[in-house]
Amino acid sequence: MKSKQKIDLVARDLTNEVHEANFIGAKMKSERRYAALGRDYADPDKLRETAGLVKQHTLEHLDKYLEQAEASFERNGAKVHFAFDEDTAKKTVLNIMNEHGCKSMVKSKSMLTEELELLHYLEDQGKEVIETDLGEFILQIDNDHPSHIVTPIVHKNRRGIAKSFEREGLGDYNDDPETITRRARAHLRQKYLDADIGLTGANFVSAESGRIVLVTNEGNARFCMAANKVHIAIVGIEKIVPTDQDLGLFLNLIGRSGTGQQLTVYNQFIGGPKLKDQPNGPEHMHVIFVDNRRTEVLASDCREILRCIRCGACLNVCPIYRQSGGHAYRSVYPGPVGAVLSPLLAGNRFPELADLPKASSLCGACNEVCPVNIPIPDLLLRLRDKAKREGAKEAMKGTPNLAMWATMCSQPTMWKAALTMGHTMNHIPTQLIPHPSAMSWQGTRKLPKFEGGEFRKWFKNRK
Amino acid sequence: MSSDREKIFSAIRAALDPLPKRTAKPEWKRELIVCNPSGEFSSLKEQLADKLAFASSRYCDSFDQLAETLKAENSTFGYCDPELAPLFEKLDGITFETEYDVAKVNEYTFGITKASAAIAESGTIVLKDGDTSSRMGALTPWIHIAAIKESDIVATIPEAIDRFGDDPSIVFCTGPSKTADVEGILIEGVHGPGIQIGFILS
Repeated sequence: MKSKQKIDLVARDLTNEVHEANFIGAKMKSERRYAALGRDYADPDKLRETAGLVKQHTLEHLDKYLEQAEASFERNGAKVHFAFDEDTAKKTVLNIMNEHGCKSMVKSKSMLTEELELLHYLEDQGKEVIETDLGEFILQIDNDHPSHIVTPIVHKNRRGIAKSFEREGLGDYNDDPETITRRARAHLRQKYLDADIGLTGANFVSAESGRIVLVTNEGNARFCMAANKVHIAIVGIEKIVPTDQDLGLFLNLIGRSGTGQQLTVYNQFIGGPKLKDQPNGPEHMHVIFVDNRRTEVLASDCREILRCIRCGACLNVCPIYRQSGGHAYRSVYPGPVGAVLSPLLAGNRFPELADLPKASSLCGACNEVCPVNIPIPDLLLRLRDKAKREGAKEAMKGTPNLAMWATMCSQPTMWKAALTMGHTMNHIPTQLIPHPSAMSWQGTRKLPKFEGGEFRKWFKNRK
Repeated sequence: MSSDREKIFSAIRAALDPLPKRTAKPEWKRELIVCNPSGEFSSLKEQLADKLAFASSRYCDSFDQLAETLKAENSTFGYCDPELAPLFEKLDGITFETEYDVAKVNEYTFGITKASAAIAESGTIVLKDGDTSSRMGALTPWIHIAAIKESDIVATIPEAIDRFGDDPSIVFCTGPSKTADVEGILIEGVHGPGIQIGFILS
């Protein structure tokens, strides 16, 4: 393969094992999604369209809903913080830990904390941080990064995991998935009890009641809270929906879209510290609303991407993601959603990721499966345009210069002449054309016989 | 911190001000999200039993059967909500404590706590903080038994949301704790219960 695009190079160099793990994992979840939505709803598209409008409405009135959410949380006895950028977000977490005298944290899965690289920051500040989602825990001990939003270790297999567990002293080599899970259960159980603070993200926020919603299958977010006296929820400002009843719409979509479950096992609705008589659970709840360039995205012509509820359906269905895997996107958010969101969230580092919007055949499957109906292909085109206008080098790699072509297409006489010339193509060995992109293209395909140039004649003489 | 608050709000307003018009909130009816029942049921209890099983939870409405299940799972010592204790003391060969002791986190093999509601359409057990005697008791043992009053079974998710009130921590449990992180293979019982039982009190 002659491509110079970074994503193609990564896909080319994947081992067969990793390629197969990515491909099968994604395909399986896609099939479950179709089965679950088709079984449960006569017209699932109506749900997707409604959910998309609810989120678009919320985003376009975000000042109002964010203010309402803040007031609701404070009424419930939670403390609300705001962090405009990455640094403030991390410092806010650290300050809360110090204020409560906390040394060790257990946390559940949060893509926002990946954006902030919160874990390394807190460790550098002398805190202990333990990831408790099984997949994230394995990534932590391997010093690796998630390759999928929902199933972070889709690129790993049981043998690698068993070796990591052996290395970390979690028992002799055993690659039975059940044994791996039981060992993690026993090990992490003690970590929850030893920690003094629990941190979670939030899948949704209800502005009306001041509740965050957490969606997990493992129950780790429940444990992070039940065993600790302080709870931090770190939340992107785009997670808000207007009312509690709206949550029902999204919860019915997120499990089915992501993993084909009617509902994810645990949906938690957390509005504040525990009740006085409840013996377990947080006495303090802190909610940190983080911007980290989300308002820049809101100001852009790609604001629809902020509707995303991180279900991963677009990754699973994407022919590019299935071939390349998540790491090929070189950023926190992979797949079609990542190809839009990652370059936008990169701020002035946009040119470095400007090739990602090209990692798509524009087949439209991502839009079709999206539970909030994000027109991802349109957004990809807008970002390709932005990359071109800004002259981002990363986006131009391997792209032939099309200036001659453009001139020809815009001059009718030249176009007509070219069509006449087209027939001569059938008599020369085209594989010898010494142009790099022509040679690369013909490396895997044959140019079909030219049969054009007759349309105008036909059109003129038609009866 | 207040300056970050101002920065965010002014950035939002600056982003939204140029919009020529803003999307209205769509009106949608509750029926939109109610899923096909996939079967015919003569009562909510019957539907709940079917959907609990579909979600890999278990349905139970007899004390004798519950005692058998616990013994079959080698689970004879656990935790029970003190208010429910008089009901479950009659379980033959089963003992429990009514005060959760964290030092015994690995000794309690079952936990019995109250459910605030159950949702028939999805086989979901609803736990509210105000009805849960111990969050740890409902979470850490291998088997969780949620005691559901038959009158607390609701048909749909929107009806369960209607009952939220001002409770600070509500959990929907649809099945046992599970993961498919390792090669997509489903394993039950990660951090929470490996067996979830909905026990109906008539």
